[in-house]
Amino acid sequence: MTPLWDWGYAFSILPRLLEALLVTIQITVLGSLVALVLGLVIAVVRRARIPVVDQLVWAFVEFVRSTPLLVQVFFLYYVLPHVGIVLSAFAVGVIGLGVHYATYTSEVYRAGIDAVPVGQWEAAAALSLPRSRVWTGVILPQAVPRVLPALGNYVISMFKEVPLLLAVSVVEVVNTAKEISSETFRPTEPYTIAGLLFLLLSYPASILVRRLERRSVAV
Amino acid sequence: MIVFDGVEKRFGDRTVLSDLNFSVQPGEHVTLIGPSGSGKTTILRLLMCLESIDAGTISVGGSYLSHMEKGGKLVPADERHSRQVRKRIGMVFQQFNLFPNMTVRGNLTEAPTRVLGLSRDEATARAKELLDLVGLADKLDEHPSRLSGGQQQRVAIARALAMRPSVLLLDEVTSALDPELVAGVLALLRDIGRSTDITILCVTHEMGFARDFSDRVMMFDGGRVIEQAPPAELFTEPREPRTREFLSALLSRG
Amino acid sequence: MENLPRIVAVLLDGVPATVIATLGGIVLTIVLSFVAGLALLSPQRWLRAVSRVYVELFRGTSEVVQLFWIFFVLPVLVGFQLVPLFAGIVVLGLNHGAYGAEIVRGAVQSVPRAQVEAATALSFSPAQRMRRVVLPQAVVEMLPPFNNLFIQLLKSSAILSFIVVSEVTERGVQVLVPNFGSDIVLIFTLMLVIYLLLALVITAVMRTLERVAAGRLGRRGASRQARAEVAVG
Repeated sequence: MTPLWDWGYAFSILPRLLEALLVTIQITVLGSLVALVLGLVIAVVRRARIPVVDQLVWAFVEFVRSTPLLVQVFFLYYVLPHVGIVLSAFAVGVIGLGVHYATYTSEVYRAGIDAVPVGQWEAAAALSLPRSRVWTGVILPQAVPRVLPALGNYVISMFKEVPLLLAVSVVEVVNTAKEISSETFRPTEPYTIAGLLFLLLSYPASILVRRLERRSVAV
Repeated sequence: MIVFDGVEKRFGDRTVLSDLNFSVQPGEHVTLIGPSGSGKTTILRLLMCLESIDAGTISVGGSYLSHMEKGGKLVPADERHSRQVRKRIGMVFQQFNLFPNMTVRGNLTEAPTRVLGLSRDEATARAKELLDLVGLADKLDEHPSRLSGGQQQRVAIARALAMRPSVLLLDEVTSALDPELVAGVLALLRDIGRSTDITILCVTHEMGFARDFSDRVMMFDGGRVIEQAPPAELFTEPREPRTREFLSALLSRG
Repeated sequence: MENLPRIVAVLLDGVPATVIATLGGIVLTIVLSFVAGLALLSPQRWLRAVSRVYVELFRGTSEVVQLFWIFFVLPVLVGFQLVPLFAGIVVLGLNHGAYGAEIVRGAVQSVPRAQVEAATALSFSPAQRMRRVVLPQAVVEMLPPFNNLFIQLLKSSAILSFIVVSEVTERGVQVLVPNFGSDIVLIFTLMLVIYLLLALVITAVMRTLERVAAGRLGRRGASRQARAEVAVG
């Protein structure tokens, strides 16, 4: 019987898995950028309470939040080419994750904006600041720092959801582990290492966020 | 009945009670007064085992509360031992602390059935009797959140009495009440004091109540009893300057 | 559009598996949340440690890895393979139970200390204090976050398509996409609508429970948290 765990084999597959981890990190970073920017746009637009637009944005946010990311990724992957947009699986992944998480981050921003005291809006209005300056100069500098921990948590969640993209053949960590194990018929090492790689990055990151949380509570 | 022997209590590096010695006779009504932070409430919480003591012993009715005898030696009490001794003690809190997940009936019958092993019927009969006593006979199935503060405190008093305690601890029971509700609750307590032989320890800022309710008043300062006497004596001619200061500060506040 | 009835039929074929996986996952999540959440609050050091390891392990790794690990690696280690649907339920439960444990812990800790003290003063045992006084109040605080967690779980059930459970996503992608390529938008829209409807059912049930629980605490309407939001807004 072969041993349960073969260190030689484990080390031999590590480089490939680390390479794939890099892809996972790239997608997480780019997806987070989309989520952080788009989420803010959604939050600010919703705050404007424009009739019809507001309801449409609300419906879109609720719909995306309530349905599986995996199906949304499939949707982008199969439907976009139909309307003439041909994207790589990598790009589909970034957009899919980014849009899905933008619906979460928009709620986070909204809570942060709501937490800015009404007096701040009134003071800004009293100074006749232009609308854009009220946002960039007064409201967001107060709203965003206090929601950073919550946003950080969503970045970590997104990192852990990147493996869904194996469905559209993105070569991320779990997909690579899957390939390795089907080549070698040894699933234990690749999947265990894949799990450890996630733990190794997301656990310290979540401790960092928790520390940030405690600090912002103290403020 | 209650004996504090060399009791010491620290919170971190702050000593709240140091070398505290006093005893309370069965049926006696003792009021603890003193500036806030002087350790009065801590004494009640020690008796209820809500805090642990750092040195000394407390005994109630001849058995140690904080310790138990094991092989001829005193060792710190375990949960079961302190629960046994504690069964004889009831407590009423400043903030009532009724259980919001139960009706008045539940609040009054839960412990008698679960802890004392009374049947539902017995416990309910006792609950009705007590509600009658506190003047809330019609509130048996009411929800605590629908009651006024004064009513909630009356229910809390009934809840403590439902356990048939031989000792009752009253921790600033009127401090959280609107002024117009205070008199009613105090009248109820006087009534209970007269009609039962329960030993009562009471922390209060109501000096009028302390004067006509208690057999003895103990003045606390800095974690020690600095003076104790029957109320007539302590309120009219306090011996210690700190007591005088404290009483005149209370009086000038009105 | 002429394919609509057939597309709907195939997708509905996947609904039972999705519902079973979700319900099974929810039941396992509730059990694990309470066991692990209360263990996190235990005075026993080793119990807290075990629970903490479980929680961090499952929150720290990807759910897809957990699924593949249980489906592909576990059989190598123990010698038998779980039925795909069952493996899926186990992973959904283990993963969301780790998040639920923190919900339970937080809710129990949010019950005012004075409530525990009042129960102590009535000589309740530690177990009675937890069961009769603390948990009934804590549950009210747990319901809204559990609603979110259950919807996450429903959404996660789509990954069961990776281990070929015939649930909605698998039906759509494996059966419909290859056969009805021209109706691709319709297929995916219907799939998403099915998930949306299931999510609405979960929310409706949870809202009802919230109302019942709030009523038992004598609060009209929503939970303390929701009321606080109203007060702020």
